Amino acid sequence: MTAVGIAPDIDEDAPATIRPRRNRWRWVIVIVVAFIAAQVIYGLFTNKAFRWATYGQYLFSEPILDGLATTILLTIIAMVLAIVLGTLLAVWRMSSNRALSGFAWFYAWIFRGTPTLVQLVFFFNLAALFPRLGIGIPFGPLLVSTDTNALITPMTAAILGLGLNEAAYMSEIIRGGLMSVARGQTEAARGLGLTPWQSFRRIVFPQAVRVITPATFNQIIGMLKYTSLVSVLSLGDLLYAAEQIYSRNFQPIPMLLVASTWYLVCTSVLMIGQYFLEKRINRGAMPTATRSTRLRKTEAMA
Amino acid sequence: MTLVHIDKAHKRFGDNHVLRGVSLDVANGEVISLIGRSGSGKTTLLRCINHLESLDAGRITVAGESIGYREQGGTLAELPERKVAINRRRIGIVFQHFNLFPHMTALENIVEAPIRVLGTKKAEAERYGRELLDRVGLADKADAYPSTLSGGQQQRVAIARALAMRPMLMLFDEPTSALDPELVGEVLDVMRSLADEGMTMIVVTHELRFASEVSDRIVFMNEGRIVEVGPPAEVLAAPATDALRSFLSRSSFAVPGRS
Repeated sequence: MTAVGIAPDIDEDAPATIRPRRNRWRWVIVIVVAFIAAQVIYGLFTNKAFRWATYGQYLFSEPILDGLATTILLTIIAMVLAIVLGTLLAVWRMSSNRALSGFAWFYAWIFRGTPTLVQLVFFFNLAALFPRLGIGIPFGPLLVSTDTNALITPMTAAILGLGLNEAAYMSEIIRGGLMSVARGQTEAARGLGLTPWQSFRRIVFPQAVRVITPATFNQIIGMLKYTSLVSVLSLGDLLYAAEQIYSRNFQPIPMLLVASTWYLVCTSVLMIGQYFLEKRINRGAMPTATRSTRLRKTEAMA
Repeated sequence: MTLVHIDKAHKRFGDNHVLRGVSLDVANGEVISLIGRSGSGKTTLLRCINHLESLDAGRITVAGESIGYREQGGTLAELPERKVAINRRRIGIVFQHFNLFPHMTALENIVEAPIRVLGTKKAEAERYGRELLDRVGLADKADAYPSTLSGGQQQRVAIARALAMRPMLMLFDEPTSALDPELVGEVLDVMRSLADEGMTMIVVTHELRFASEVSDRIVFMNEGRIVEVGPPAEVLAAPATDALRSFLSRSSFAVPGRS
């Protein structure tokens, strides 16, 4: 055993040299991945079944672009409806009023608990249940009314089916975001004389948005693809347009590639948008400050 | 002149009777320290003053006005929250955990309420906000986000934020309890200078030295009641009750001249 005291200096001039950890497998993995990628790319260009000429012919064709426009429009309207209604449902769910929180719970139970496809077809066939829709006296006569079939076009059925369903999911995401804001924030706002609405609008919601945003983009990207379900209502979305074409030219592969390309373009744009939006709303947010490791213990050497 | 009038205040949390008939008058310009062990009701009393907690019985008025209630034929009817907000405008509160708004800079934290609540012009609110930051020694931190500030700096911004509403009364809820020991002094210095300027303050605190140096009166609470009230020299140097004696003996505080 050496005596406890000043550590003996081996060499004062030259510090010990350090060799970083080596990963011999890294190069093996790089070679394997590169080989597989080359194989796939080679296949894409040489396999005639892809029919790239057909792909090129239809990529910018009018029916496809019309379908794309319908898909984008439907996604935007359904998501706006879902976010607005979802926010209301989230606030109601957290309300101390039993009737409101009960309604919000029931809503989520129904719309999350049944298949989206069923809901779409259900809204499309609403006329079978209620032939006329209108505004009137409860349990009394209708004052203004219209034929349900005139109101429920494939587009409105799609908006209702997708939007009302999505609202149930969004309400849970928004509720989680609102609950993540510390209670002290509301108290500080109230203590300064802000009204409940000002406190929600200026203090709680902006902080909740940080938590809500990543999951919401997840839902928007999901919705973009979920809109393809509306082909059951013969609504001319992107996928339906592609299906229409390959039912005539019997070339499903290039047509599905055309549709997939546009879905990928849209989701890529969304992901870029998400990056910049998150950068903006995360001002002031920092990962938990690292505490100095002042109490780090050194082991005694014997 | 009495600014805060507390008359037989009662508060229950379920079966827990937290305030059991608390009465206290606070004069304009007075500095009161509320002391007592945890669970004695001191924080609840403070929060009842600006109606962050409701009362079960009794009355609290600030400048003659009931906070959070409307007189209605002998009973006090609780006001809706947006009306209470008007009552609270001139009562500042500082919390143990600062509760700064993390998505706003120090200056934005300070000008938010004057602009939204009082309708102050942005330029004027910012001018006064910078003046207040200078007063708490943080003139250079106007554009800093709370996450980049130390606990002591955050609490000083929180004090400036409360002062921006030009309050007639300041409530402090254990303002230094969450701070590292070396940061306590800077916050107490700001509070001391506020007291010197004549601000009416009610401070829930464990800092007995600060309480004895700065406050006009010390209020000792035990089990939901005010047990002793008086100038620090009397209350701390010659405690009349066993409860206060045992409280003082457990804290590491020693009053000069007391054995």
